Amino acid sequence: MAVAIEKLNRLGLNRDDYKGAHTTLCAGCGHNSITNHIVKALYDSAIEPHLIAKMSGIGCSSKAAAYFVEHAHGFNGAHGRMPSLATGAKLANRDLVVFGVSGDGDTASIGLGQYCHMIRRNLDMTYIIENNGVYGLTKGQSSATADLGSRPKRGPANRYEQIDISALAIELGASFVARSFSGDGKQLVPLIQAALAHRGTGVLDVISPCVTFNDHEGSTKSYAYVKDHDAPVNTPDYIAPLEEITVDYEPGTGQDVELHDGSHILLRKIGPDHDARDRMAAMRLLFEARQSGEIVTGLLYVNPEADDLCTREALTSRPLAQLPVEELRPSREQWDALMAGLA
Amino acid sequence: MTGDVLNDFCIQAATVNGSGSQSSNLVITKALHHMGIPVAAKNVFPSNIEGQPTWYDIRVTPQGYQARKRTVDILIAMNPATWERDVANVRPGGAVIHEAALPRFGAADRDDVSWYPVPFARLAREKLEAKPDLRKYLQNMIYVGVLAELIGLDPAAVEQGVRDQFRTKPKAADLNLAAVQIGVDYTRENLVKTDPFRVAPMDGTRGTVLLDGNRAAALGSLMAGCTVLAWYPITPSSSLCEAFIDYAERYRVDAATGERRFAAIQAEDELAAIGIVLGAEWAGARAMTATSGPGISLMAELTGLGYYAEIPAVIFDIQRVGPSTGLPTRTMQGDLSFVHTLSHGDTRHPVLLPGTVLEVYEDAQRSFDVADRLQTPVFVLSDLDLGMNLWMTAPLPYTERAVDRGKVLDAEALEQVTEWARYRDVDGDGIPYRTLPGTANPRAAYFTRGSGHDEQALYTEDPDVYAANVDRLRRKIEGARTLLPAPLVEEAGNRVAICAYGSTHHAVVEARHQLADHGVETDYLRIRGLPLHPAVAEFIARHDRVYVAEQNRDGQMEALLRQELPGELADRLRSIRHFNGVPIDAEAISDPVLAGEQAQREPAEHQAVDAHRVPVA
Repeated sequence: MAVAIEKLNRLGLNRDDYKGAHTTLCAGCGHNSITNHIVKALYDSAIEPHLIAKMSGIGCSSKAAAYFVEHAHGFNGAHGRMPSLATGAKLANRDLVVFGVSGDGDTASIGLGQYCHMIRRNLDMTYIIENNGVYGLTKGQSSATADLGSRPKRGPANRYEQIDISALAIELGASFVARSFSGDGKQLVPLIQAALAHRGTGVLDVISPCVTFNDHEGSTKSYAYVKDHDAPVNTPDYIAPLEEITVDYEPGTGQDVELHDGSHILLRKIGPDHDARDRMAAMRLLFEARQSGEIVTGLLYVNPEADDLCTREALTSRPLAQLPVEELRPSREQWDALMAGLA
Repeated sequence: MTGDVLNDFCIQAATVNGSGSQSSNLVITKALHHMGIPVAAKNVFPSNIEGQPTWYDIRVTPQGYQARKRTVDILIAMNPATWERDVANVRPGGAVIHEAALPRFGAADRDDVSWYPVPFARLAREKLEAKPDLRKYLQNMIYVGVLAELIGLDPAAVEQGVRDQFRTKPKAADLNLAAVQIGVDYTRENLVKTDPFRVAPMDGTRGTVLLDGNRAAALGSLMAGCTVLAWYPITPSSSLCEAFIDYAERYRVDAATGERRFAAIQAEDELAAIGIVLGAEWAGARAMTATSGPGISLMAELTGLGYYAEIPAVIFDIQRVGPSTGLPTRTMQGDLSFVHTLSHGDTRHPVLLPGTVLEVYEDAQRSFDVADRLQTPVFVLSDLDLGMNLWMTAPLPYTERAVDRGKVLDAEALEQVTEWARYRDVDGDGIPYRTLPGTANPRAAYFTRGSGHDEQALYTEDPDVYAANVDRLRRKIEGARTLLPAPLVEEAGNRVAICAYGSTHHAVVEARHQLADHGVETDYLRIRGLPLHPAVAEFIARHDRVYVAEQNRDGQMEALLRQELPGELADRLRSIRHFNGVPIDAEAISDPVLAGEQAQREPAEHQAVDAHRVPVA
């Protein structure tokens, strides 16, 4: 009798061990695709579930931290404040594998300061931005990563320049920056694994279409706006069950992706000729892609030599949280000498 | 020359900040302390790096009073910008040591004080072999010599003071001693003493040290096993964080490997500082931040998260004058009601109210235990006066006390319990059990969130679950009433009492003596924490009138008491408020109490001096 044998990873765990609670996000949401890729990456990399600290801020994206690795501690903090909470957690216990999920509102607006300073300190964590250019939970306002001229569900078109969080990260001296697309598991899973392996902040800027509020007419300038006027227009209180968008294309090539509302984005996968150790080349790639209305995906920049926060702070190898108080107090002799000096 | 006033007067050095006068003033303070004369030093300084007026008050009293005194007996006038005003503040019969070049006319022309003109600039130029930039600093050391000679400071004590001050720089100590000697010599050769103030050695400082509250807080945190500090520079709390780093670098760095048993992060703002603290505490480390009013405002958001998600944290608030930027270098007790319920929704945080340097040290340690025990952010309220000024205190005792990490289940403990839910009240005290990330037991994990949650920490918007949870939080914080220190009570059956907290204590000590001299005997209640200990209401019930003295405009503690006490007891409260930014003095308390008690005796005629309606600035 044939029994289906579950495939186990190096730790003897199967993929289900990395799953979490059922998603409450909209069907077809790019964030759910990313969650599946996170599960696969953590499973493939055989990370001890109990050592994972799942961190998030506030927003649709930040809910996702509950949807993977049920047996890991999670912290759904406050809007834009995840980097500081993650910094504290890592300092307290440097054995933790700190894994953060944020969104474009959480990272590029309310949390932009903390995002910048996390990168500056090179906190050892994986930091995924589920980037859809829109505030989903508050029903469709433009975010700071929305393209100039794109139109939210209600209200005027976005009049302001977008903040490119990948370019910003590189400018700030990030040690690992990649951009990907929620539907591209073939590219995203290895990138997450690489970020996990990297000792420093692994920034993953993942374009993740919002099925409900993604109404960015002309979000990429070079491709004509295409829209099926007969398609049901989603209202905030009725979410049509939509399929997730997936892509599969080769490095060095481009792919036109139609989003749920009929608009298009053009992804361009970084080819083998790009030297990811070259910071200037990474910036050039991002700027050139923006000029041509494309979204360049892949590993943009990596510097494996950059010291992470715990190294810079010369932290002891044992977790601070586990040091007994006796090791933290001066000796009685030291104390008496200190007091004598004050007399 | 007379010798009428012995060891009981106030010296004020009026200088320009950035001119090195702080060293001179500390030398005088330490020399007095070495002579066994109780000394109290108050630095009244500007929010500025260089060029603004600054004053340093050094008070000596045989009784060891530590509060500020309003009167100036001896002025050392070095600042042309405040010269006239400074001279006008000197009491009749006082003395003025001054730069000879300062003009004596207008307001500065008085014949009821002793004048000691000294050509400091010329002496420094002619007699000091030092570079011009250094000479500017040494010029102020000359006034130490002049004062020493005039009041009779023991030369050995002065030398010890200089050596203490320049402990790591023997060459600088020699140069400064030479400057002191120039002042001594000039005085001997050119000045005739005509004032009555002098000092003589006494036995009033034995067993005491000079220490500021911020260093005591840093040492308390060190002893409590705090391993993560996150902070954003702000006056007057920065020196607390810098002291912690100093001590940690001294005592927590492995000599062989250079590895550190602490992390100190200067954050990008106070939002991040409290975020780092909460993240570290969530992961099981003891963590703290120190800030002042503007930083507290920024921490409102995450303090609420800490309260609701039940994460320990220690926050030192070294209060300064608000609102807004306010007077950054002046003192106040203005954050009391704000921190107690900081953040939106229903919140309440335990607040510790140390009144002395020793209590700052003890409360710093205690705050970590309370935070761990209750799994909630705890505030330690100090202020600029207590935090940054030097105080005479007993040496801080070494501690070998075990720490209370509260209800934490490790992997092994989880094996022993059949059922565990993060937010379940098992023991009836409202305090649940928590686990730390990294615990090697699959049952340890839970999902922390600032949104609505049930006992299992799962998201819920259920009305009953929400209400039950926040009511449990209320009960939990109620437990702080007896977990925090009981009020300090000095009682002798009097009908009238004074109530205070924090650094106001030192003015109360002196005010009670003044009142006794006027025939008004008082009992004393000093509140040590919020929420209020049951002994507070009991004390008030035993008195007819309780004057609540505090350093803010709105009588914040008095309002909190009124809110909590039954009306019959609330009616016994009278409010005394001091809020001009300089530390409260004894008369700011004794004057309104006297007025209030006189009005009590003659109610019809003295209605208008009800202390409650006449704030004393």
